[in-house]
Amino acid sequence: MTDLTSLTLAEARKGLAAKTFTSLELTDAHLSAIEAARVLNAFVMETPDRARDMAKAVDAKIAKGEGGPLAGIPLGIKDLFATKGVRTTACSKILGNFVPTYESTVTSQLWRDGAVMLGKLNNDEFAMGSANETSCFGPVGNPWRREGSNTTLVPGGSSGGSASAVAALLCMGATATDTGGSIRQPAAFTATVGIKPTYGRCSRWGIVAFASSLDQAGPIARSVRDAAMLLRSMAGHDPKDTTSVDIPVPDYEAAIGKSVKGMKIGIPREYRLDGMPAEIEKLWSEGAALLKAAGAELVEVSLPHTKYALPAYYIVAPAEASSNLARYDGVRYGLREQGKTIIELYENTRAEGFGAEVRRRVMIGTYVLSAGYYDAYYLRAQKVRTLIKKDFEDCFAKGVDAILTPATPSAAFGIGEKGGADPVEMYLNDIFTVTVNMAGLPGIAVPAGKDAQGLPLGLQLIGRPFDEETLFSLGEVIEQAAGRFTPARWW
Amino acid sequence: MSVDAATVRRIAHLARIAVSEDEVPHLQGELNAMLAFVEQLSEVNVEGVEPMTSVTPMQMKKRQDVVDDGGIADDIVANAPATEGHFFLVPKVVE
Repeated sequence: MTDLTSLTLAEARKGLAAKTFTSLELTDAHLSAIEAARVLNAFVMETPDRARDMAKAVDAKIAKGEGGPLAGIPLGIKDLFATKGVRTTACSKILGNFVPTYESTVTSQLWRDGAVMLGKLNNDEFAMGSANETSCFGPVGNPWRREGSNTTLVPGGSSGGSASAVAALLCMGATATDTGGSIRQPAAFTATVGIKPTYGRCSRWGIVAFASSLDQAGPIARSVRDAAMLLRSMAGHDPKDTTSVDIPVPDYEAAIGKSVKGMKIGIPREYRLDGMPAEIEKLWSEGAALLKAAGAELVEVSLPHTKYALPAYYIVAPAEASSNLARYDGVRYGLREQGKTIIELYENTRAEGFGAEVRRRVMIGTYVLSAGYYDAYYLRAQKVRTLIKKDFEDCFAKGVDAILTPATPSAAFGIGEKGGADPVEMYLNDIFTVTVNMAGLPGIAVPAGKDAQGLPLGLQLIGRPFDEETLFSLGEVIEQAAGRFTPARWW
Repeated sequence: MSVDAATVRRIAHLARIAVSEDEVPHLQGELNAMLAFVEQLSEVNVEGVEPMTSVTPMQMKKRQDVVDDGGIADDIVANAPATEGHFFLVPKVVE
């Protein structure tokens, strides 16, 4: 029998339906893979007993012909999703041993559809980071290495554990979240597929909040089809999240294999950065060429406010974070550091519980919202955000179906290589992805090639609001042409 | 705009994060790097532009004015670091 961990989710579904193997066998294969890959630090908590119990229960259902669309599929869950009875920390010391008494809407829908939980995945603390280096559980290793090198690289972030685990074949798919690129950038760094759906597509209820007007959940998967299957279960209206949208969730899988003939693909000239590596430039033009070969029409478009997206993001996101993270006070849950007064208790708890990056962002957010600075920073940034969104609206109004860009300005880099002296160096990782969050649009990252050192690179497709289907159709065209990329096992 | 050491201390207090004296210069440098980076927004003409309040145009949803949750005090205090019965314990706040 072939190694069960090397199957795609779609292949595993067939095997389970045909009773070639059971969910318990599939789950055990992944649990062994997780055990053998602890050096990657992708999982911050393994839940083997729960996984086996869930697998057995779903096997019984499959036998009766009652399995749901994800029946028996073992998944990893980013530690930002509240899981009932299973420690949830957002990879922050301040949550300590927080054990939710409730389940996030997104994960509850995955269990409803028959998926099996393998454990909780590492991420940047409160999803603030682009390299998974700010986690209180330590950095995550990328299963990919430069050719001929033993240096461990970052998997990207903040969903670094999700991307690493999917790429290393430790789980068949993973939940992730994306506030400025946290699904798409790690997907690009690990040759996996990641989609951030339109803002409002997935419920945010039960997901630890970072910046509420930007946060969206989505899957990281081994193929475009797998991502489509996972998103269908994750998405949907939830009365508990007033920003979740009450429109039907399409069968995303039906979009796979649909012809892209006649589609208009925008190539935004502002994404051609000064000093962009030749390899990224080449990947981008090759991606455009293959969409053209599939019958799509390429048009140059302009998104004039692109360069302001990242600075506006670094006002809006920290401002919302400073407000969201006010709840960590050492009183209701998590860590408490004593103080003589209640204010001292708050200050000591938050100094001890938050890592350096989180402290920095909470402070910047506090500053831009403080009296006298609100108009100059926050209000101006929200106006710039309106202009960024309008750029996209103008572009789509001209009949553009989707926009093609590189996913990241470089391939994965080494642990500790970036952002040491200047935090902005790390922030620049999200330059191509952050515009999408600012405008609330869907974006998918698809593996498209490798750089000269053998590291994977990804392309991003940006779609109209609630038109994830077009992204799946186009993404699969790139995937078919580029092929699947699997890292050589060294762990 | 940039922040001085006194402003860093003031922000830290507003954010309820204890900052020691020797952390101040470092934090000041980092915050100023971020402020220098966002400075470029001042060149954008935002005259007459509405600030974004909702990224997807949608009607504000209203819930029914009914009690549909509650009676879960055990759950609410389950993760608290210090409780007595169904109360959170904190240092004395009223003299």
